[in-house]
Amino acid sequence: MLYALKIAIRYLTANKAQTALLVTGVAVGVFIFIFMSALIGGLAEFILSRTVGDISHITIEAEDRDPAVLIDVPGHVLTVTERGRTRTATLAEAETWLPLIEAVPGVRAVSPQITGAGFLTRGAQVSQVSVTGVEPGRESAILDLDGYIVEGTARLGSGLIVLGRDLADDLALSLGQTVRLQSSGGVTALLTLSGIFETGNGAMDGARAFVSLPVARTLYSMPQGVTRIEIKLDDLNAADATALRIRSLTGLDAVPWTDGAEQLMEALNAQAQTGYFLKSFALITIVIGVASALMLSTYRRRPEIGIMRAMGAGRNFVVFVFVTQGALIGLLGGILGAALGYLALLPFPPRDAFEPGTLPMDITQGSYGLAITLTVIGAILASILPARAASRVDPVTAIGQ
Amino acid sequence: MITLLEVRDLVKTYGTGEAATRVLRGLSLRLEAGEMAALLGPSGAGKSTLLTILGTLMKPTSGTYEMLRHDMIAADDRALTEFRNAHIGFVFQFHNLLPDFTALENVVFPTAVREGRETPAARTRGRDLLVRMGLANRIDFPTANLSGGQKQRVAVARALMNAPDLVLADEPTGNLDRASAMQVMDLIGEINREEGTTFLISTHDEKIAAFCRRQIEVADGVVTG
Repeated sequence: MLYALKIAIRYLTANKAQTALLVTGVAVGVFIFIFMSALIGGLAEFILSRTVGDISHITIEAEDRDPAVLIDVPGHVLTVTERGRTRTATLAEAETWLPLIEAVPGVRAVSPQITGAGFLTRGAQVSQVSVTGVEPGRESAILDLDGYIVEGTARLGSGLIVLGRDLADDLALSLGQTVRLQSSGGVTALLTLSGIFETGNGAMDGARAFVSLPVARTLYSMPQGVTRIEIKLDDLNAADATALRIRSLTGLDAVPWTDGAEQLMEALNAQAQTGYFLKSFALITIVIGVASALMLSTYRRRPEIGIMRAMGAGRNFVVFVFVTQGALIGLLGGILGAALGYLALLPFPPRDAFEPGTLPMDITQGSYGLAITLTVIGAILASILPARAASRVDPVTAIGQ
Repeated sequence: MITLLEVRDLVKTYGTGEAATRVLRGLSLRLEAGEMAALLGPSGAGKSTLLTILGTLMKPTSGTYEMLRHDMIAADDRALTEFRNAHIGFVFQFHNLLPDFTALENVVFPTAVREGRETPAARTRGRDLLVRMGLANRIDFPTANLSGGQKQRVAVARALMNAPDLVLADEPTGNLDRASAMQVMDLIGEINREEGTTFLISTHDEKIAAFCRRQIEVADGVVTG
């Protein structure tokens, strides 16, 4: 079919202006496809990084079981079960599981934590805080504490505490000053402010305190174990599968971030669906454009098709000539559109440097290969109808035209 | 003499019902291999229809057609296409060359379409044919740049490319001036004499008919002489 390819190329090059217009039309469609892919993908990336980028992708918490009911007497007995407010469920064997979880593919960081409630007191000022005890050296494993530090350091140690900007302001605290932290269990520790962070999240900046794990052990009277393990993944979209894997590996109740984030997921899905629609319309435009152009070409070349048939060209040969033209138009338009799309996306900042107020275009999500492949397939499909029409041309009628 | 083709009782009707037009009305004809025959007759006599059927581009409404002992009526489209490519050449009144191709590319088309590519051997034969047609200096010219006579000589070369047993020429000189017409006919006569290729030439022109050793007259859809 090398000869059919030659004829297809000759037909395309015989009318350069028309072919150039056709290829440009296809390229515009591919450009839109790639632009939409990069925009929708980048937008999803941006939303996810802003909403779940700083939270744990998988969380393991100890199951807080109801106390056992020990009453067993004949007759009807009414009982009320009430959980103790001060009792905290613990993952007593967390140390055993950590290396195992860290070895799971896709796990970027693991942070064992002791969390609880407490009160910060400085003079007459008292603020309720949520206390998180993290291992020294793993302060930024989940939340990028280092990145949010505006004063001091995120490094935690014995007798140190890191607070949010709003909380520090409320207590009129500055670096190096001491503050009294009383846990919900009544244990009190005198701690020195070593760092102030500012995330832009009011709930975080105004009510969160970070201490080292040993300090938290003292505060919550927990000589061993932790209350939760937070896990960060390389790909947050793999949370469901990885959580399942950790659950089957350890038997612990690993919960992915997607649990309870149905609304966010629905919004992202709706956004992705919109992208699919727009990309489908771009492809349909390409298919219609190629089909109509080849239909016209078929009509214009009817006498030539008749001559070819008279000279011994079979129907399949004619089909191949026109389908090849469609494929070549799709390939050229696809490559041109992909190249233009890539060049147009180059000036946008990379995905890890998205800034508010700019279009979050992700050049890596341009789906270039997919765009070219779908365009070639679409162009081939579009050319089948004209090609079949060409193969059915009656040589006698066509030659007489 | 070896019989190249024979048709019996050919009937061809165009249209149906009241609009039906019967162009061939039981035409019978036999051509021997190596003949050079002229097909004469007034317009509407059925000459072009007969050539189209003999060229396997159209089937008759009824009748029989055998060429080289092959039943041309029973054969399917694929078989007829292959047969046509191997055994039949065409020369049309308006040359009907492929406009986006050079003279050589037009000539090698029948071989290339069969081989799937332009083989060196095909290109060599194509060149030889064009040289023989007096077009040595036009071999790689786009056909759009050739004169009417030159185009028709390219068309003759293309018809001869696969060394066919039969060349069907429908008014091959009808669109040429007298000098060009005689030049084309001289070439056709030369090929017929030297290679034994059978020619059936449809014409209105008595002088062209006089070039041929046999004259077949068609009138009202039958052979009359």
